[in-house]
Amino acid sequence: MPDDPTNGTAPTAGAGAPAPAVPDAQATDEVTMYLWRGDPGGGEFQEYVLPAQEGEVVLDVVHRVQATLAPDLACRWNCKAGKCGSCSVEINGHPRLMCMTRMDSLPPGEPVTVAPMRTFPILRDLVTDVSYNYEVAKRIPPFAPREKTDDERQAGGYRMAQIDVERSQEFRKCIECYLCQDVCHVIRDHEENKTAYAGPRFFARSAELEMHPLDTTDRRELLQRELGLNKCNITKCCTEVCPEHIKITDNAIIPLKERVVDAAYDPIAWLGRKIRRRTKRSASEAAALAPAAGPAAVQPDAPVRGIPMPERIPVPVGTMTGTPDPDADADADADADADADADGGAGAGAGGGDRDGAATPDA
Amino acid sequence: MSLLEDATATPVVLGGVRGGPDLPTLRQDRWWVQPVVTVTVLTAFVAYATWAAFVNKDYFAGPSLHRDLISPFYSPCLTESCVPGSHPGTILTWWTISPALLILIFPLGFRLTCYYYRKAYYRSFWWAPPACAVADAHGTYTGESRFPLFFQNVHRYFFFAGLVFNVILTIDAVMAFRQPGVGIGISVGTVVLCINAALLWMYSISCHACRHLCGGGAKQFSKAPVRYRIWKTLTPLNANHMVFAWMSLVFVALTDLYVRLVASGVIHDYGFHF
Amino acid sequence: MTEYETHEFDVVIIGAGGAGLRAAVEARAQGLRTALVCKSLLGKAHTVMAEGGVAASLGNVYPEDNWEVHFRDTMRGGKMLNNWRMAQLHAQEAPDRVRELEDWGALFDRTKDGLILQRDFGGHRYARLAHIGDRTGLELIRTLQQKAVADGIEVFMEVKAVRLVHDTTGAVAGLVGYHRPSGEFVVFRAKAVVLATGGVGKSWKYTSNSWESTGDGLAMALWAGADVIDMECVQFHPTGMVWPLSVRGLLVTEGVRGDGGVLRNSEGVRFMFNYIPPMFAAETADTEEEADRWYEDHSAGRRTAELLPRDEVARAINSEVKAGRGSPHGGVFLDIATRRSAEYIRRRLPSMYHQFKELAGVDITVDPMEVGPTCHYVMGGVRVDADTAATTVPGLFAAGEVAGGMHGANRLGGNSLSDLLVFGRRAGIGAAEYAAGRVGPITLDEGELEVAVCGATAPLGREDGESPYDIHHDLQETMQNLVGIIRTGSELEEAMAELDVLEERAGRVAVSGTRVYNPGWNLATDLPSMLTVSRCATLGAIHRKESRGGHTRDDFPAADPELGKVNFVQRIPGDADHTGGPGSCPSTRTISIAPEPLLVMPDELQALFEEDH
Repeated sequence: MPDDPTNGTAPTAGAGAPAPAVPDAQATDEVTMYLWRGDPGGGEFQEYVLPAQEGEVVLDVVHRVQATLAPDLACRWNCKAGKCGSCSVEINGHPRLMCMTRMDSLPPGEPVTVAPMRTFPILRDLVTDVSYNYEVAKRIPPFAPREKTDDERQAGGYRMAQIDVERSQEFRKCIECYLCQDVCHVIRDHEENKTAYAGPRFFARSAELEMHPLDTTDRRELLQRELGLNKCNITKCCTEVCPEHIKITDNAIIPLKERVVDAAYDPIAWLGRKIRRRTKRSASEAAALAPAAGPAAVQPDAPVRGIPMPERIPVPVGTMTGTPDPDADADADADADADADADGGAGAGAGGGDRDGAATPDA
Repeated sequence: MSLLEDATATPVVLGGVRGGPDLPTLRQDRWWVQPVVTVTVLTAFVAYATWAAFVNKDYFAGPSLHRDLISPFYSPCLTESCVPGSHPGTILTWWTISPALLILIFPLGFRLTCYYYRKAYYRSFWWAPPACAVADAHGTYTGESRFPLFFQNVHRYFFFAGLVFNVILTIDAVMAFRQPGVGIGISVGTVVLCINAALLWMYSISCHACRHLCGGGAKQFSKAPVRYRIWKTLTPLNANHMVFAWMSLVFVALTDLYVRLVASGVIHDYGFHF
Repeated sequence: MTEYETHEFDVVIIGAGGAGLRAAVEARAQGLRTALVCKSLLGKAHTVMAEGGVAASLGNVYPEDNWEVHFRDTMRGGKMLNNWRMAQLHAQEAPDRVRELEDWGALFDRTKDGLILQRDFGGHRYARLAHIGDRTGLELIRTLQQKAVADGIEVFMEVKAVRLVHDTTGAVAGLVGYHRPSGEFVVFRAKAVVLATGGVGKSWKYTSNSWESTGDGLAMALWAGADVIDMECVQFHPTGMVWPLSVRGLLVTEGVRGDGGVLRNSEGVRFMFNYIPPMFAAETADTEEEADRWYEDHSAGRRTAELLPRDEVARAINSEVKAGRGSPHGGVFLDIATRRSAEYIRRRLPSMYHQFKELAGVDITVDPMEVGPTCHYVMGGVRVDADTAATTVPGLFAAGEVAGGMHGANRLGGNSLSDLLVFGRRAGIGAAEYAAGRVGPITLDEGELEVAVCGATAPLGREDGESPYDIHHDLQETMQNLVGIIRTGSELEEAMAELDVLEERAGRVAVSGTRVYNPGWNLATDLPSMLTVSRCATLGAIHRKESRGGHTRDDFPAADPELGKVNFVQRIPGDADHTGGPGSCPSTRTISIAPEPLLVMPDELQALFEEDH
């Protein structure tokens, strides 16, 4: 690697967290970057010092590191305008887009740490394997519009009022940077939840479809029971990190939770549905809707349908203590055990799963 | 198509090696300030409310002081032990401990299941997570999917109960304009009760469940113009739900404290009458 | 021969922007095994950067709009250099393609009647651009992406296509590329290959284009024997950000002007009224008052001069800056703050508001923006048959920005998104029909494959050599300074000499590290494409000795009617050395150029233009 003191300082190895800044006379003329260099085999922060330039964003500095000091530094980026959502990383511990983080918005004179997104497996340096998100995307039942009316066929397209499209439009602003997925502790700190948790991005997508004036599919049961809506404890970090300022928690997740309550926990609505179903449903509809009826509607949290755990049991990763879920096997049991399992969960779970106690914040 | 019938586990390979150092967080800002403040204020409130609820006296500044001020912790006072004049009539004769305990279940339930407070206490008390991008403190996590936390889903019923209490406390505030033995008047106490009632109303109507029930549940706003207008009005209030949550929480304790100080004779409730 | 990961499909589409996704959806709908290969993650393609809208004569705002008006606007905007058949198909089919998006979940802004709202844009006679605020491209790509996922199309993400590979009959039958995350090579065998790789902007220094726009598809087509046309016609968008330097070139949507924004020089003058060309004089307002009346009601005046086609506006800004009437950072002022309410600006232009606020610290509801021309779009591209999107090589199809002809010498804003949809679909059908007719096993030319792999990996083996970043930097400087918005013969010749040097340097490029997600190596493998398209643009610019649309020659400032009748066609002759350049690609010196007459427009379409005069 070139070592040109006028252009920057060659990397020096540093382990773990960067040392605190040592202010010096040149602090305003130079920027110090601690960039994560590594792959699945391990890694460390390396220090790069470059001359400061006016009006730069973090991505500019990373590019200058690539061009002058570390040509093989891996980072993912595309548009450099906050529109494609490729350059998601963690800057000083905050999940952010590199292209939308101005250097002058960070504490002056202090080094800047840039680490890859924590929640996804590392590929190299600042690049992670985000395929989890693309897998989840396939699980969301797609848009299924109603038929066009005669008037609409004549007019050439659906008629929708602006006020009807605005709610879903908010979620369609999403640039799929997956920072919300990254920051969500449900999967960030609990790898095993990835098999049955859609994450904020796909709750927003589901909300978008639920509120779409044309869509006809009811995704509520699926969301609650298979996509882990009830695992979200609305701590709002997704909203905090969203670069598009989508109010994911207030406008997507909570409305979805309320819609699930409409479907599953509202006794009057439930009774009404029961009666209607008994009287009106055709045989084919009954078959199609079968899992939604039955005891699950009374106790929706009993895992009626088992979620098979993958063959590979989660191993300790990063900040999570990778204990396999002791209930996983029980979950795989058939419907008959549903009630018993719910009770067992109540006893063992003692309020939301702190079986391993509170004394293990990290591995 | 993945509807419920054919839902399967998301096929991800678990246990991939993650990047970055194995530290709970890389944040160097003071992320712990928020949980500390939350814990401090909520603990202080719970401690005060518990004491105030069990102490079972000084909750009513009555005719002897030419006032009709009742603490929100004790209204409506429905048991035999209630101070004369403080209640609409004894209903529950079998309740022998503090009447406040009977009442506080409902506002407590409303706040406990509130979407904002859930965030606040999950973060600061439960550390799940303590702050964004800071590792949470638990080995496993099932969120609100199991007993007892799936009871959070009953929030809307506590919301309805909360509305009943809002009405009662509003009546209390109106009644506080009576100054027995003197006439009709305004005192610091009436103002306090009015503000308290107003803040509780703001907290209730800015609630997420309220926003959903009033209009958010509609599929097509254009087909429900009235619900749309209500939803549109509630949305900015809802954005400030946190503010109303804290203001009303602190103020309800201050209201109790004020009534308590007046009733016990520590301070005089300044006012005038017509 | 080395064993490579190999996949076989009926249709393989390279590029997952709007055109690629639309082609994939269509090929899939024809029942074929379809795969998408893209250089980035799915949904990140440059289409997301499109802001203003998609042009289609839906007639929802102005019922008098129809395909003939759209066709006429497109041809006139393209200075009549367009492939008339493409322009016709585009204008005729765009409305259906837009409405179809709604069936797949897109949510456009609405009119009061609940139909798709349309906005004004440069060069379009009527408000014609269906839009969603200023993030129309994102909506388009997300809709198509979700449709593709729902249809179960296989997507190979982060695969860089290196070379197209022929079969033994000389038809294109697949491609070789590598997985960027692992660096492992991968081979696709396909009955038909669709190129949808987008543009070439990354050869210029100030560009609105994203990292991916390195002209891979254009270069691969050329190397595979296809013709490319009109490469001198590069559009410089008049309004890119000029400050801070780090975001110089970033696009500022034409929608700002469509929604009432005006251009002013440092003296506060709306200078565009001084630059109205005779071709548009009849329909452009002479005075600010008339222009402002037009914004309120299009029948009350003629359209504002700020909404002339992009080439005119870009040249005007260039002239103002050169005359010393520019803004402090070398642009002009784009002012909407004094003309529209803050609430209106935030609602209509949310991402512009956001972009200036966060990147430049400018509140566009209070202060004017500083803007200047930025390299935006290449009108030229692979020569295709209008109806089937087939290139001149069997088995190879092209759609979107990589295809040439549709936009002539200058593209109107909003026509690119409709281009993607119309010709993406046609390429999907064309490729599917071709694939259905192609029987028998596919035998790839293994020699070609090996050459491509060797060429791509060569930079990793070199000990000392040029840094790919340095070569890229110098290439961008060369193209920006010598083949920019205004060109002259001597500078173009200079550029040719520079490109020769750069090509020679690219042959010595060396990168450190492994193939695993190595951006240095990735850039090294992009250099042959960038050098090839740069050479094409320069060569075309030298031969077109006139000014027309996006191509402006200082030494030939007027349009030449004779040159208006020809396309400059570039190709690599079959007998050229196909391994002589960097990365074992054909040397750019083997590219030949010749004028060929335009397709003749039928009389009934010709009549549309005679009515004007």
